[in-house]
Amino acid sequence: MLEIINACKSFNIGTVNQKDALINLNLKLKPGDFTTVIGGNGSGKSTTLNIIAGVHAIESGKIILDGQDITKLPEHRRAKFLGRVFQDPMMGTAADMMIEENLAMANHRGEVPLLGWSINQQEREFFAEKLKLLDLGLENRMSSKAGLLSGGQRQALTLLMATLRKPKLLLLDEHTAALDPKTAAKVLELTQEIVNQDQLTTLMITHNMKDAIRIGNRLIMMYNGKIIYDVEGEEKKQLHTSDLLQKFEVASSGEFASDKMLLS
Amino acid sequence: MDLSALLASAQDAAGQGLLWSVMAIGLYISFKILDYADMTVDGSFALGGCVSAWAIAYQGLNPFFALFIAFFAGCVAGAVTGLLHTLLKIPPILAGILTMLALYSINQRILGQPNLSMSNEVTVFNAIGDKFNLSRMQQNMVIGVIAAAISIALLYWFFGTKLGTAIRATGNNENMVRAMGINTDVIKIIGLLLANGFVALSGSLVAQSQSYGDINSGVGAIVIGLASVIIGEVFFGKDKSFAVKLISVVVGSIVYRIIVAVVLQLGLQTNDLKLLTASLVALALGMQRVVKYLTDKKVSQKIGEEGEQNA
Repeated sequence: MLEIINACKSFNIGTVNQKDALINLNLKLKPGDFTTVIGGNGSGKSTTLNIIAGVHAIESGKIILDGQDITKLPEHRRAKFLGRVFQDPMMGTAADMMIEENLAMANHRGEVPLLGWSINQQEREFFAEKLKLLDLGLENRMSSKAGLLSGGQRQALTLLMATLRKPKLLLLDEHTAALDPKTAAKVLELTQEIVNQDQLTTLMITHNMKDAIRIGNRLIMMYNGKIIYDVEGEEKKQLHTSDLLQKFEVASSGEFASDKMLLS
Repeated sequence: MDLSALLASAQDAAGQGLLWSVMAIGLYISFKILDYADMTVDGSFALGGCVSAWAIAYQGLNPFFALFIAFFAGCVAGAVTGLLHTLLKIPPILAGILTMLALYSINQRILGQPNLSMSNEVTVFNAIGDKFNLSRMQQNMVIGVIAAAISIALLYWFFGTKLGTAIRATGNNENMVRAMGINTDVIKIIGLLLANGFVALSGSLVAQSQSYGDINSGVGAIVIGLASVIIGEVFFGKDKSFAVKLISVVVGSIVYRIIVAVVLQLGLQTNDLKLLTASLVALALGMQRVVKYLTDKKVSQKIGEEGEQNA
C-alpha cells in the first residue's frame, strides 16, 4: 500500500544545527496493516509521518502510495488519500466553525471547493449517524462550535473527519498524548473500532509501549532516523515492554538505556 | 449647540456611513474572516475612486459600469498582495504595504494628476437623484442602503458555499484546511481579492458621491474600517450569526460617521479626525482587554470562593 524507498530528510542543511532526521528510510506497508511506531524524541517518527503527508519534502528517495508516486505532490494534493490526526487537539478542527461544518469539509476532502452549498440535509443526517457511533452525544450538538469541545471530543471528531471518506492510509501522530489517561483510552478504543471496521491501513505513533504492543499487527521502532526494529504478527503479540527496552538498548549501544521518553 | 444642524449632519453622516460600510465589510473579510492584516486597503480604496473618476470623466463610461470596473481593479490589487504573500513568502503586513505604496503611484498615473473632478459628469448618485428627485442626502442614503444590502446578501450566500467555508476555515486553522486537500495559498488569494474588490467598490461609491476622485482618499481607511468593525461588535456582541455580524459592521460604520459628525459640531477640525479615529480604535481595543481582565478576575474569584466552601 505504502512504500518509502531510501528517503532522506535533513533540517537546517549546511548550518551547525543540521539535523538528519531520516537516513535512507525504507518502509513498506501491506494493505490493512495497522503499524505502531515507537522511538525516543528526535528519532524521526513524526518526520516519517510528515514526509508521507507532504508537510516536508524529502531530499532524496521515493514515496509510493497505492502504486502512485507521490514524492513530488504538495501537501494538499496528497490529502485526498490520507486521513490525519495530530497530537494537538487544536490542529485537526476549525475552532470557530460548527461541528457539522468541520465534518462537511472532511466529507469533501481532496475536492476543489466550489460554489455549491457547503452542507445539505442529507449530509447532516449522515453526520449525525456517524457521530452517534462515537457515543459522545455530539450528534445533538452539531451546530455547536468545535472550539467548545473538550480535547478528547475534538480528537474523536478529528478521527471521524479523517476517516469519513475512507483514506488509503491513516496517519495518527501521537493523537492521544495530550489527553488524560481515561480519555486517551476512549479515543484509542474508537481508533481501533474505526480501523477494524473499515480495514484501514494505519500508521500510529505512540509513546506508550504497552499500547504499541497491544494494538495493531505490526510494530516498528525508530532510532536516529532509522528503523531499528520491525516485528509483526504472532511474534509481536508475544512481546513484552522489557523486550522493547532491550532492543532499544542494543540499538543505541546503551546510550539511552533508560530513556524516560520510551517508558510510560 | 444647534440641534437641527446636529440632526442634519447626523443624517448626512448616516448616508456617508452606509457608503463607507462596504469598505468596512471588505476589511471584515480580510481582517476577521481570513485573519489577515491586509494593509492594501488604503491603496485599493483610493484605487476604486481613481479608477471610477477616470472611467467617468475621461472615458465617459456609464457610472454603474464604473462601479464594476472599480470592483475589478480592487480584486486585482488584492490578488497582487495575495501573490506577494503566498508566492514570494513576504509577511502579510509587508505584502499589503508594498501593494499600497505601489498603488499610490498607479493611482496618480490613472488620474494623471492628484485629483479629478466629476462634478460635470453623470454619476450613480445624480443619475438616481434626478430620476427620483432626491436630495443629496437622500441619494447617499438610498444608494448606500442598496449597496450595503447587496453586499451583505452576496457575502451571506458566498460564505455558505464550499469555497466560502474554505476561506473561513483558512482564517481559523490553515493546517486543517491543508489536511482536507485544499490549497490554502489559492484560498488566501481569493479572500484578499474579494476583500479588496469590496473596498474599491466603496471607494468608487464615495468618490462618485463627492464627485471627486483623489489619490489621497484612502489614507486611514484601514483604521476607519477597523473602527467600524469594533464599534459594531460593541453594539451587537461577538458571538452572533454571520448575517448579524455583517449588519453590525454596517451599523458600526454609520455610528462611526455620526461620532465624527458630532465631534465636528463640537468644534474639532477635519484635520483632527485621524487622531480621533486612531484614539477611538486604540481605546476600543484597550477596553476589550480591560473587560476581559475584569471578567476573568470575577470568574477566578468565584471559583476560589466555591473552592473555600467545598474545603
